[in-house]
Amino acid sequence: MAEVPGDCPGTSSAQAGSATACQGCPNQRLCASGAAAGPDPAIEEIKEKMKSVKHKILVLSGKGGVGKSTFSAHLAHGLAEDETKQIALLDVDICGPSIPKMMGLEGEQVHQSGSGWSPVYVEDNLGVMSVGFLLSSPDDAVIWRGPKKNGMIKQFLRDVDWGEIDYLIVDTPPGTSDEHLSIVQYLSAAHIDGAVIITTPQEVSLQDVRKEISFCHKVKLPIIGVVENMSGFICPKCKNESQIFPPTTGGAEKMCQNLNVPLLGKVPLDPQIGKSCDKGQSFLSEVPNSPATASYRNIIQRIQDYFGLHHSQEEKII
Amino acid sequence: RGNLARVQHILLVLSGKGGVGKSTISTELALALRHTGKKVGILDVDLCGPSIPRMLKVQDRDVHQCDSGWVPVFVDQDKSISLMSIGFLLEKPDDAVVWRGPKKNALIKQFISDVAWGELDFLIVDTPPGTSDEHISTVEALRPYKPFGAVLVTTPQAVSVGDVRRELTFCKKTGLRVLGIIENMSGFVCPHCLECTNIFSKGGGEELAKHSGVPFLGCVPLDPQLTQSLEEGRDFIQEFPKSSAFPALASIAQQILDGTS
Repeated sequence: MAEVPGDCPGTSSAQAGSATACQGCPNQRLCASGAAAGPDPAIEEIKEKMKSVKHKILVLSGKGGVGKSTFSAHLAHGLAEDETKQIALLDVDICGPSIPKMMGLEGEQVHQSGSGWSPVYVEDNLGVMSVGFLLSSPDDAVIWRGPKKNGMIKQFLRDVDWGEIDYLIVDTPPGTSDEHLSIVQYLSAAHIDGAVIITTPQEVSLQDVRKEISFCHKVKLPIIGVVENMSGFICPKCKNESQIFPPTTGGAEKMCQNLNVPLLGKVPLDPQIGKSCDKGQSFLSEVPNSPATASYRNIIQRIQDYFGLHHSQEEKII
Repeated sequence: RGNLARVQHILLVLSGKGGVGKSTISTELALALRHTGKKVGILDVDLCGPSIPRMLKVQDRDVHQCDSGWVPVFVDQDKSISLMSIGFLLEKPDDAVVWRGPKKNALIKQFISDVAWGELDFLIVDTPPGTSDEHISTVEALRPYKPFGAVLVTTPQAVSVGDVRRELTFCKKTGLRVLGIIENMSGFVCPHCLECTNIFSKGGGEELAKHSGVPFLGCVPLDPQLTQSLEEGRDFIQEFPKSSAFPALASIAQQILDGTS
């Protein structure tokens, strides 16, 4: 793939082909002709591909390190406990893929088959795809600007042989930039059911999450609900609770009330969660009695209910 | 050399992982250096999630224009800490900056060339997570000014350390000197019984430093008082010199100062 100029205005921009950065770019003539300005033909191809996927969920947060990947991984594990369901987990965090480690798949590689890239399977009914499977060493850094990341995401959606899927869970990087715009654009024709937004209780995190909610409104992405992670820590010795990330402005609860979005639940901090993720195991089955497990299960149930409800509503309309 | 002509040392704060405390460490480091009498500027290049204006309680301030460019926001009365962030350019604090790479790159270039910092001992550049547009653009735009080096922040657990390993490769590839690794959020001391729990495990940062042959600058423990004070924009180092996080931060600042002399 040819190097895209750093200041590329984007193929759909009004300046495509005529900006100063376009000088010398091999695609300049194509961009200037306007042929590239139409919708990406990949959107239709992805729509075809996604016909075998019943539900698509995005896991988002404006803030990094709040537990998006941990949540995505455990949502996948939780949904996959029903053996009649097929689950796919797609990691579009191109520069910081954590999913391979959390799913215990570090060092795995993807295989090419006649029908595309094969995902890596954790269980028979749980397939995973991540840029982490394409790197040769854990030190490899993916130092890519936006256009290359977008190309990778397109490939993940169009060229992975997922098969028949009940739930596709997409784990995203922090922010509201290329990866987010691309995933929403590429799936625009295929329809995304909704987004689950993860936050921690403190205002510094909530202020980024409000931006993410306004992003969802801008791109007309329905919000399934908000999960407050790391809310409270119970000392394993004295059983007293401490607020490590204090909800000085009322936490996710207040934010959800103000912005009129549902709160799916709060998950307490439990050192076991991080440990399970480091070992690549499911926290839900490793520590079934933790209050955090109960809280996770409750949230997963609410997400399943959301789909049950919406599914029947759609049927009624038809 | 324009607006950065009178800036002595440029420090980048990096981490492959989000939410490990880059902005917290940037802010604290600035405060710690200020307490040793230095003049410090902070440039926040996290365009989609700027946190520092709120941490320093200046989120309602505006930047102004002068002949040589944008005037940064001064945080304290004696103008020893100045800050530039996209947070000052947004109309509403909840506005999302939904920008692809090229727009972000253009703003970063402007931030680097057009802010009238004046005389500074240190310019601390706080970055978003990852190894993408913001990082490539920042490093490229700063190259003529020969940045002093980068401080890498991680939390102790393997998932985070894995992302920071990738950031080390980024530094190597871009020729950025690594001043050292800081392990943040290592251990939490229960305020009720003083039992220390390693919520996010322990020792991952130090191990990584050893493994990759870069200096280890220290562990900063989890301290809810720290979060609370940052939330409220109070000067942590002035208010909580007895906190468990204080000696760690002061020692890190000292190591950086030692490196400059």
